[in-house]
Amino acid sequence: MENNMAPHTFVAYVEDKPGVLNRVASLFRRRTFNIESLTVGHTDQAGVSRMTIVVDTDDLGARRVEANLYKLVNVLRVDDVTAQPTVERDLALIKVAARNGKRAEIMQLVDVYRARIVDVTNDSLVVEITGTEDKIESMVDILRPFGIIEMVRTGVVSMTRGAMAPSANPPLVAAMIPEAALN
Amino acid sequence: MKLTGAKIIWECLVREGVEIVFGYPGGTILPAYDAMLDYPIHHVLVRHEQGGTHMADAYARASGRVGVMFATSGPGATNTVTGLATAMMDSSPVLCITGQVAGSLVGLDAFQETDVTGVTLPVTKHNYLVTRPQDIARTIREALYIARTGRPGPVLVDITKDAQQKDAEFDWDAAAPSLPGYRPDLHALPEEYEKALHLIRSAKRPVILMGRGVLQAGAMRTVQEFAEKTNTPVAMTLLGIGGLPANHPLNLGMMGMHGEAWVNHAIQQADLLLAFGMRFDDRVTGNVKTYAPRAQKIHIDIDPSEINKIVKVDVALVGDLCDVLQELAPRVQAADHSEWLAHIDEMKGDSAVRDIQNLPDTGHLYAAHVIHDLWRATKGEALICTDVGQHQMWTAQYYKQDRPFNFITSGGLGTMGFGLPAAIGAKLARPNAEVWSISGDGGFQMTLAELATAAQEGVKVNAAIINNGYLGMVRQWQEFFYDKRYAATPMLSPDFVKIAEAYGLKGIRVTQRSEVHDAIREAQETAGTVVIDFRVEKEDSVYPMVPAGADLHNMIRRPIPPKEGDYLVPQNVLVESGVDVEWDISVK
Repeated sequence: MENNMAPHTFVAYVEDKPGVLNRVASLFRRRTFNIESLTVGHTDQAGVSRMTIVVDTDDLGARRVEANLYKLVNVLRVDDVTAQPTVERDLALIKVAARNGKRAEIMQLVDVYRARIVDVTNDSLVVEITGTEDKIESMVDILRPFGIIEMVRTGVVSMTRGAMAPSANPPLVAAMIPEAALN
Repeated sequence: MKLTGAKIIWECLVREGVEIVFGYPGGTILPAYDAMLDYPIHHVLVRHEQGGTHMADAYARASGRVGVMFATSGPGATNTVTGLATAMMDSSPVLCITGQVAGSLVGLDAFQETDVTGVTLPVTKHNYLVTRPQDIARTIREALYIARTGRPGPVLVDITKDAQQKDAEFDWDAAAPSLPGYRPDLHALPEEYEKALHLIRSAKRPVILMGRGVLQAGAMRTVQEFAEKTNTPVAMTLLGIGGLPANHPLNLGMMGMHGEAWVNHAIQQADLLLAFGMRFDDRVTGNVKTYAPRAQKIHIDIDPSEINKIVKVDVALVGDLCDVLQELAPRVQAADHSEWLAHIDEMKGDSAVRDIQNLPDTGHLYAAHVIHDLWRATKGEALICTDVGQHQMWTAQYYKQDRPFNFITSGGLGTMGFGLPAAIGAKLARPNAEVWSISGDGGFQMTLAELATAAQEGVKVNAAIINNGYLGMVRQWQEFFYDKRYAATPMLSPDFVKIAEAYGLKGIRVTQRSEVHDAIREAQETAGTVVIDFRVEKEDSVYPMVPAGADLHNMIRRPIPPKEGDYLVPQNVLVESGVDVEWDISVK
């Protein structure tokens, strides 16, 4: 992996069985791919979980990630959605200090970001924000001068736009063919 | 019908055609061992679970069937790890069944508890933890299916003791594999075939790289026909040896770190590489940046994750090698390439005079002589198993294999101690084959306890020890790259003849070349397993050699003999070109 490193986003459907998360995480560790974020949750289908995995790698590395994920017996389907139009969301809870009459100022900023206040005490607020990673990072930067006491983020979840749903038979082999064939 | 979990294990194995299992009993696998007595199973009691796993591995490689290994929990299971990793790297179908502590104790650090599915996760193709008897049948069937299909590999099934003891309804048909995420049968796209055909048509200097995938797919004949039709020379990986007869005019021999100079030069000068079931291991490519710089590359492999892993290729045909070649071969045009073949022949001439086989026999015992003589005495028809190291490379160079599945060696993992147990496993798979293990004095000591297994089973193998009093390959690296500072490589060995005798077997010592032939004959004519201790030249080295990380064409060549009659082991190595290259010496 060389110069053109960039975040690649994969959506993986996996069997909901014990140890599957470990298998996926172990794969990334073993092949020395660095996970930027990994989220996992149920889908509308019983027995199937959905992972959104963001990996910093180049294009060839992304193909290898995809191929190696497919090699895991419990992985049902993998989509590299990096180049597709997607809705990407991250959720953060930010506990911020709100002393000395700063509360109103913070609430104004929260409003600008269309975030929400979900907890209030005499000297703190908990802000809930959903959005792209950029938006959340921007909010964090704005709140930092007030004093961030604690923060938690879910990591990115991602879904392609439009009516297209993942088909039952993915174009697996096409995805395995190097794009730069025959220069 | 209601059966205990233990009986279900054997019901499934017997129905799947398993006749021989290797294993070592213990507390948590006892229910399975007890039930075994009621089934037509030949159990081979090994002396160490590593050896047992190697036996199952070699049984698989020699027969094409899945090799089965049983072990108990904890240390029994962890002892299989080296064997599983060996099988994983060389894509060998092994099923390892381990006992686990009772479900109620799992996770509580019980006696002889290890998280075996966790430990073996990276060294198995897939693994299972089974805690309920009703899950055993499906799991065993799935495990066997996964092990032998697609790119084969080892699968481990860890079964708790109580799951073996409890009853469950056994329904063979209902337990058919259900693996929605497993895709062993991939196919390449039509346009990729077009690209491949275009490259093949326009190639002037093509080379086929033949790997173990050719043997796994049973595509030996198909590849040979392809090579003959297009007059394309074939270079072999270590594990590809036997895929094309060594005496075939298009067979160049082994490529890579200890490949002959003309093979590596042919690859470096090629304008098209056809990689058939091989994975561009670093021992094959040398420096990837300067690897086959003028060549377009077509990669045919069943495992899509191998595509562009090490070497970026121009066309990838993912799928079963037989299927792909059946599609490809009828559409390629016959080609001549006589100029290219003549050029390679010319390069051969130079190398051949340096070959130790062409040197006068001065009575010194060289490993190359031993292996050459063994090849002649066995008419090249023996099934040979090796460890890793100098003897392995000399075997690859001098035991000319004309048949597939007759050379079993630990290629990817490079496991010392593989050879002897592998020979035992291979002999049980192919009782009519003449089986030899070739090991170094170091590796042989790692698993020589399996001599007892051979004795108890009455298995007839012949174990050749290439005994040079050193960990030879490491010593060679120290000689070449560490200023002859022999750190921890001089090695004391026991009297291997007495060792053999202690196991009730015959041992023979050979110190002169003149004794080699008779010793081999005697071993062949003896009913039981025989150990031959070949005391060879101590500081001999394997040539040619591409230093790790160096360019494939920058080989340390065989020294040129001074004069007929007074050949001595040379003190200085000769570097053909690139003397000033800074070698990246990264010891494995």
